[in-house]
Amino acid sequence: MEQSWKRAKAIFATVLGPPLAWLLLFFLIPLAIVWVYSFGTNVGLTEIAFTGTFSNYARAIEPLYVGIFLKSVGVAGLTTLLCLIVGFPVALAITFAPDRLKAWLILLVMLPFWTNLLIRTYALIAVLRTEGYVNLSLGWLWTHASGLMTMVGLSPLTRFEPLELLHNNFAVVFGLVYVHLPFMVLPLYSALDRLDRSLLEASLDLGAGHVRTMLMVVVPLALPGIASGILITFIPALGAYLTPDLLGGPDSQMIANIIERQFKRANDWPFGAALSFLLMYMTFIAIALQAMLAKRKTEAGS
Amino acid sequence: MSKGSLRSASGPLEYLRRWPLQAWLVMVGLFLYAPLLTLMAFSFNDSKRNIVWKGFTLKYYDKVLHNDSLIAAFGNSLTIAAISTLISVILGAMAALLLWRFRFKGKAVLDGAMALPIVVPEICMGVAMLVFFAKIMPWPSGLPWPLNLGAIIISHVSFSFPFVAVVVRARLASFNRELEEAAKDLGAGEFMTIRDVLIPHMQPSLIAGALLAFTLSLDDFVITFFTSGPDTVTFPVKVYSMVRFSVTPEVNAASTILIVFTVLLTALAIRLQGAAAVAGGHVPDASSK
Repeated sequence: MEQSWKRAKAIFATVLGPPLAWLLLFFLIPLAIVWVYSFGTNVGLTEIAFTGTFSNYARAIEPLYVGIFLKSVGVAGLTTLLCLIVGFPVALAITFAPDRLKAWLILLVMLPFWTNLLIRTYALIAVLRTEGYVNLSLGWLWTHASGLMTMVGLSPLTRFEPLELLHNNFAVVFGLVYVHLPFMVLPLYSALDRLDRSLLEASLDLGAGHVRTMLMVVVPLALPGIASGILITFIPALGAYLTPDLLGGPDSQMIANIIERQFKRANDWPFGAALSFLLMYMTFIAIALQAMLAKRKTEAGS
Repeated sequence: MSKGSLRSASGPLEYLRRWPLQAWLVMVGLFLYAPLLTLMAFSFNDSKRNIVWKGFTLKYYDKVLHNDSLIAAFGNSLTIAAISTLISVILGAMAALLLWRFRFKGKAVLDGAMALPIVVPEICMGVAMLVFFAKIMPWPSGLPWPLNLGAIIISHVSFSFPFVAVVVRARLASFNRELEEAAKDLGAGEFMTIRDVLIPHMQPSLIAGALLAFTLSLDDFVITFFTSGPDTVTFPVKVYSMVRFSVTPEVNAASTILIVFTVLLTALAIRLQGAAAVAGGHVPDASSK
């Protein structure tokens, strides 16, 4: 199908030139400079000398930073797991919905995803803060429950203490799940949608219950889709900046927040560059793992 | 045929009709929408503290509309989105055409490099742009609007156009090559064939790609945060600085305006392409990575 470039040189040059030039100049070169900086040293306020040192990477494996890396992986992993648990039934419902409803259900999942990330995060602040809507509702329930108890002759409850829902790790995970749920639902849906339904019907006919059919038939068949959903959720969650910044507390810093600080406040670009590339390598490892799993799966299948 | 489907009421696979799943959907719907809806509702609340409902007011909208720096930021955001969308669609369509049509040395490498902006964490791209515009190609300051937005526009194109390329390439896969042959048999040259046969076929994906690029640009905070200066503030960056201080009805009102704007854009897309196409257009590109 494909044509050799030599047979239409003018067109080939026209469609190759601009995208390639843009990608090189405004993407690959900037990344390459950051990479070079990660082997440099700060001299003076704005000068960076390229010394070929590994000291930035050595500093990144100090316990403090390793701890933050591990924590970021843990938070992103937990987020992905929760998205999978929350999102799987949603994807299932969309898959088996009638056609007209299907598109609208997908739109309903996508719409928050198209809404500005900052606004969604801000909405969560208003919900979760000490005087936010969750605490307000809980306080209202508490007061009324207390009143009810006095009416039936019990002693009233103690004063309502608002829950600390914001500026902690709970808020970060809650926010990340809120933001990344559509990333999980869509690939899950497209995997489930490709399933051969007669296999499910066969399983149900042969006496397996719905839960057993899910676990023994649907999940193994949809595994590649589940794996890509996990990857698509995990990668942005790992590099999340805004959510931990706005919803987290002093101890909920993730890698991206540390990187931002090196570039904007600590003014230690070489160290920030090294951290950026470590984050990027972790992303690539995650992608490679998923690709390997997918390959093994197709080889086993054929 | 399973025995269930003979019963008209509910087949065995109609999971949507089962109450546990319905309850789950309602809960997820609440989870996704309740924060946004309360945010919108309380933008009309006549109370500075913004928790208890004190009565209906439009005064925060009035405040937002008279907040010059916020309006300027919103104008910047729309300008950046419009220009970067235009460039992204052109570059994305070219890249899609290139990768779909030609066989050449280094194609696999280019294909992989084109996927990089999609997978590289935003923060890494943000710092790369910061370093690039600080050290290699300093964007001249004091340029007249909208030229002063150049650095932000360039960064937005860099992360948008590979997405456009993915969408357009998926559409090109369904092109019938015989049409091209026919055009050439009838005497059309290469460029004429592209203009009159290929581009009309690409059109739906160009619109879908443009909408995607526009929302990506409007939505971006992290990369803009690293490339914007004091006089080139975008809407998300402005809201960020407002949110850092406190939760105020004014931010609610500004957010509501942007949410309504997003919903209108989506409605326009549905009007143009149909709900299925709008919903479906994003499924392949999300799962192709």
